[in-house]
This record gives sequence, C-alpha cells and structure tokens, in this order.
Amino acid sequence: MSAGSPRNPQRFSNLVARWCGLALFLALWETSTRLGWFSSTYLSPPSVVFQALVSLLWRGELGRHFLISLRRVLIGLSLSVVVGVTFGLFIGYFKTVERYLDLLFQAFRQMSAFALFPVFILLFGLGELSKALIIFWASLWPVLLNTCDGVKHIDKVLIQSAQSMGASRTFIFGRIILPAVAPEIFTGIRLGGSYCVMAVVAAEMIGASSGLGYLIMYSQETFNIAEMYAGIISLAILGMGLNFVLRTAGNFFSAWKEE
Amino acid sequence: MLKVEARQVERNFSIRNSLGRKVKLTVLDHFDLDIREGEFLSILGPSGCGKSTFLNILAGLDDYDRGEILVDQKPLQKRSFDRGMVFQGYALLPWRTVLGNLELGLEIRRVPKRERRAIASHYLELVGLTRFANQYPSQLSGGMRQRVAIARVLAYRPNLLLMDEPFGALDAQTRENLQIELLRIWEADKKTILFITHSIDEAIILSDRVAIMTARQGQIKEITEIDLPRPRTEEVRNSAEFAQIRQKVWILLRDEALKAESCYAGGI
Repeated sequence: MSAGSPRNPQRFSNLVARWCGLALFLALWETSTRLGWFSSTYLSPPSVVFQALVSLLWRGELGRHFLISLRRVLIGLSLSVVVGVTFGLFIGYFKTVERYLDLLFQAFRQMSAFALFPVFILLFGLGELSKALIIFWASLWPVLLNTCDGVKHIDKVLIQSAQSMGASRTFIFGRIILPAVAPEIFTGIRLGGSYCVMAVVAAEMIGASSGLGYLIMYSQETFNIAEMYAGIISLAILGMGLNFVLRTAGNFFSAWKEE
Repeated sequence: MLKVEARQVERNFSIRNSLGRKVKLTVLDHFDLDIREGEFLSILGPSGCGKSTFLNILAGLDDYDRGEILVDQKPLQKRSFDRGMVFQGYALLPWRTVLGNLELGLEIRRVPKRERRAIASHYLELVGLTRFANQYPSQLSGGMRQRVAIARVLAYRPNLLLMDEPFGALDAQTRENLQIELLRIWEADKKTILFITHSIDEAIILSDRVAIMTARQGQIKEITEIDLPRPRTEEVRNSAEFAQIRQKVWILLRDEALKAESCYAGGI
C-alpha cells in the first residue's frame, strides 16, 4: 500500500539527505570552534559536548535528570489528555455549550503557560504541583480544541446509520464517535506533547533542583559549558523521542484517513 | 397483514424565513399510509416534499408531532432491532474494512465473533464482493460501496428495510444494475421495503405499489398498483406496459405538481 519497502530508492535517498544535513551541521560546528572562529568558552565543539554527554551518562546524572523531566512531561500530558479529550468530546457534542465557551477558550489558548507560571507559584508554591500545572496548561488547549473540532465535523450519517440499527448510546460513543475523532485527538496530543517539552524547561529553570532544565541552567551558572550543551541536546532527544512515539500511535489510529 | 400503519401524522419544523423570523414549516400534514407485509412500496416525489422525513421517523431518527404510527400493530419504537436503513451517502465506517462494516449491525446485536464473520461473509458473497472483504470503503467505487451498505443491512435480517434514495448518487448504468440486483435479493425472502426515490422509472421497475407525494402538501396523493409480472428483468423497461404505467404516473405527478404550485402561489 504505502511506500514501506526499505529497498525503495526514493525513501533511501530521503534518509541519506536527512542525515547529511545533520552531519554537515555538526562538521561545520566542529571546525568553526576548532579553528577558533568562536571562543570555546562559549561554544564547545561537538566532540567535547559528546564527551560531556558520555560522562554525564556514566555518572548516572543525565539519566536521572532525563527521567525526571520525562516523568513531569508525561504527568502533565496525561492530565491534559484526560481533561482535554473529555471536555472536548462533551463541548463538541453540544453545540450550544461550544458557542458560550469558544471565545473564552480562544483567549485561554493565547495565554502563555510561561506568563501563568508566576500565578501558579503564587497559588501552589514551587513544588511539583506548579510544574505539573504549567505543563498541563501548555498542552491542554491543543488537545481540547482539536478534539472539539473533530467531534463537530463527524459525518452525521454515520451516527444515524448506527442509530437505525438499534445501537445504544454507549455503542455509538465507543464504536462510532471515538474512532471517528481519534485522528484529530492524536493531532492535538502530538502538538500538546511538543508544547509540554517546551514548558518543562521553563518549569525546571525556576526553583527546581532536578530535571534537564535545571541541568542546563546549573551547568551554565557553574560555567560547565560542554555539559550545558549536552543538556540541550538531551532535551532535543527527549522532544524527538516523544514526538516519534506519539506520531506512531497516531498513525495507528488514523491510517484510514490517508488518501 | 399490514406492516406499517401511519395515521394523521404531522411533523413541523421551525425554520427562519428570509426576514430572519422563526416560522413553522409543516412537512407532513394529515399523512396516511399503509405498508403491507412483504411488499415493495416506493414513495415518489420531488425533493423537499417530506418523503425523507417520513422515512427518518420510521427509522427512529426523527420525531413526529401528532398522529399515530403502528409497526406490526404496535406503536413505533425509537430504538429497534427490526429495521434497516440504507442511505444515499452509504454511511460506511471508513476505518473498518468491508467485512468489518458488514459486521456492524451484528455487533450491535451482540452476535458472537465467529458467527458474525460467517454471516458477514455470506452476505458479502450475495452481493458479489467477496474479493474485497479486506479492502477499505475508500478503495471501492460508489456502486460497490452501496452494495456493501445493502449487504450490511441485510446481514442482521431486519423485517423492514428503509431505503432513502440509495442509488441517487450513482451513474445511470450502475444504478440500473443495482436496481436489478436489489430485486434479485428481495425476491429471495420478500422483506417489506419502503423505498424513497424521485425517479419515476426506478419506482416503477422496483415496486408493487408507488405512492405519489407532491411538494409542500405533506400527504400521499395517490397510490398506483404496478402489476408488471415478477421476477422483473432489464427487458421490462422496454415493454409497452411499462411505458403505459410510466405515462400514467408522469401525468399524476405533473398534475399534482401544477396544483401544488398554483395553490402555493395563491396562498401567498
């Protein structure tokens, strides 16, 4: 069906092109610092960053910070999936409710999670709760609004046909509405996931003592520049990994939407 | 035996007129219709005459404001396992394979998985699509999709089939093929079918009786018996009797349309 064969020449050349771009960038970075175009005090060459990465990993520090950040992301994201999907389905199903809430939600969506962080600190202190909330807020809106939009655009005749067969409400919800909206829900979750990774850094840079955001900030303050870059790269890996998992899960539920 | 008895059914909708005011639109008005057990009855009429509204009410998808509807001598239930509806837009679930779609009605009836498979495969064969069991609806042509939709409804064996312009979106050739195929399937077990269409030819070739509805009056105006011999085949279309009935129905429909138009024009 799709171009899934690894021997497919088009796909192979795409793969080469992708890695070429990255390799070229690393080579440029390495030479520019080696040749002294940039001071290595501010920009460590990738080889040194890689050594720092390995040493952080070896000492167990990187793993610890990585897992803590990952845990925070997953807690915040799960919370917004539960709340966002539930309310999104509800609001999308009842058009009148949506009319009352639409403007409010548009306003909330524009309200940056970073701007609200001081509010959360004020209300809930510097602990895990505030961190969970900022990540939750950042990812809630794309999940909620995408779900809501998906429900609004379900083909009504699918629901009617199940009704005419005598289906119960539970059946219609579980077997018609949910699978029909699944692609939109996953688009929302993927978007929310990338917002989560951004938000976790902000949360860990203020009043935290663990996590990748903290590692980056701490390394900068102690002038351990190579470890700072190692932290940044780990963060990118975290984001890409999460995106990959969510995309794979999403493809599974929305394969029928293609073509 | 009567399968369905509709007595003095009234259905109103509230719509906004050109000035933005809410006005009452009466779609069915003192609507009477008897459908006999095992007959093929078509309702023929222009779009907007209320024929689909009546079908939706029978399918449990819409309410009615006044009157009485009996199915098998009992008041119409909103939720029932005994009806099957075929829509013009096929209404197939795009995330399910053809076979998965055929199983939908059986799943709703909690038929065990293995039995479901067997029944679905049987009906898929009946419409000649066994080869396509594992394809998705998006990979099929319109005619094939409607075959799947018909097989899906047949698979759970309802006693009343409701068809809302099922062939309306198909090209002429496919449409004629499917009409004959539907007849072949229907001849086998003679379930009661209520068929909605605005094609005179389609109504005549399929039906035992054709009920004519006209625009904006919300009633059946005339019922014509179609006494063409069965089983009917392609050749019936070219017979003299067919042409005769066609002419009769056409005149009825035209006269009613003219009457409706003049009274509508007079009323405003």
